[in-house]
Amino acid sequence: MPFSNLPLLVYIYQIWEEEGIEAIETWNVGEQQELEGDEESKLSIALDINSTCAKVAFFIISKSMNSPTPQFVPSRLGIYEPIHQIGIWGENFKSNGNPNTSTSVIVEVDNKLENESETTSHEMLTASKNYEQEASKPIDKIQRRLAQNREAARKSRLRKKAYVQQLENSRLKLIQLEQELQRARQQGLYMGGVLEGSHIGFSGTVNSGIAAFEMEYGRWVDVQHRQICELRTALNAHISDIELRILVESGIGHYFELFRMKSTVAKADVFYVISGVWKTSAERFFSWIGGFRPSELLKVLVPQLDPLTEQQILEVCNLKQSCQQAEDALSQGMEKLQETVSSTVAGGPVDEVSYIPQVATAMEKLEALVSFVNQADHLRQETLQQMSRILTTCQAARGLLALGEYFHRLRALSTLWATRPPEPSLP
Amino acid sequence: MDKVMRLASEKDVVVFSKSSCCLCYAITILFQELGVTSTVHEIDQDPEGREMEKTLVRLGCNAPVPAIFVGGRLVGSTNEVMSLHLSGGLIPMLKPYQTWC
Repeated sequence: MPFSNLPLLVYIYQIWEEEGIEAIETWNVGEQQELEGDEESKLSIALDINSTCAKVAFFIISKSMNSPTPQFVPSRLGIYEPIHQIGIWGENFKSNGNPNTSTSVIVEVDNKLENESETTSHEMLTASKNYEQEASKPIDKIQRRLAQNREAARKSRLRKKAYVQQLENSRLKLIQLEQELQRARQQGLYMGGVLEGSHIGFSGTVNSGIAAFEMEYGRWVDVQHRQICELRTALNAHISDIELRILVESGIGHYFELFRMKSTVAKADVFYVISGVWKTSAERFFSWIGGFRPSELLKVLVPQLDPLTEQQILEVCNLKQSCQQAEDALSQGMEKLQETVSSTVAGGPVDEVSYIPQVATAMEKLEALVSFVNQADHLRQETLQQMSRILTTCQAARGLLALGEYFHRLRALSTLWATRPPEPSLP
Repeated sequence: MDKVMRLASEKDVVVFSKSSCCLCYAITILFQELGVTSTVHEIDQDPEGREMEKTLVRLGCNAPVPAIFVGGRLVGSTNEVMSLHLSGGLIPMLKPYQTWC
């Protein structure tokens, strides 16, 4: 059975209904050992105390005559966690010290690893023979102890709340870290491809621009998610147009922020942006020059915007066509760039060892890739801007929600895909 | 200054480019799509190329190429042309010069 060596401070307060005796015990315990509980409303905990203290066992039977349903759900104590936060029944506990119809158990532990839900709070402790010695304490002392105990219980509740909050935050952080790790792994794969066949070590300067972007992008996605939730809430709540406009502006501005970030990291390593390794796998599937295709964006948005006026339909149609034409032009420009680089690299005699001139020339030509990435982002930005102009505030909000939700689902698809069960291998 | 303006007003749609510039190529593709034949001047092939490059920058182009002139007037670089097109302003501007063959 697992043990823990964490020191505990245990306060136990108890009222026996019949005897009207209150007993307060304070123990330093060095270890805690878990025991099974039976299905009756009593559990026993044996606390093995370190050499400086005696072995103590506590037992409390609970009688709750007020509540119709049994309040005490016996549960197995968490065996791996050394501490058990046990809640109190504040409402059952009378402050005037009169014998109560139910017993209260407060086990407060002074340790960071508090956990467990309310169900484990209904644990009974076995009283020791030492407790019986306390039965004859003077009343005022008991009153004082009662007040102390109430206070301790209150603090205990607050600590538990804080701890649960901390747990929730840690859980979210863990998910984030896992996602970052996955992205870093993908980047590792990508970088491995770059270094293949080369003896050049991985330069720190390139990495720092990428590392900074990775961190910023992680935050960007979190903010994006928050904004989507806010938009959804706002649309359901039918807030005023003015308030909605603020949300729309900040939503569009958030995308613009991404384009700025991408522009910066493109200067550090344009291949990084184009590879799309910073995105999830499903998003990458749709990638066009380092991001989403503006005409695709319109295809996702428009069905969510009904009803549109005649004028709006016409303008959206024109925008779609302009987008398509601009995309085609850029795509053909990219193809031309590929041909140029390819012919440059392949040029020159192959029976000569030195290829430096060709590679150096190709390097110059590749600089153009940065312009293409910037142009593609510019196109995305302009598309968003035009849609914002054509649509009403409410439509724009719905559009942003649809777009954000679309990417959110693509990311979820990527996660799901990555965690799908492995194919059974054929014999 | 003179050579640029002279060349710009000689033809309807003029694109100043460089022989290796693929973005310039993309712009000419776009004009082609819109039914416009653009005249391309590759300034890196021109003896006065350096002067022309300075002129274009002085006229306000971020990158000297591509620089697009329509009807003798400077429209701008790729950014300006793309913005204009998406806002629906490019086609009306090109209308007088469209040649559908």
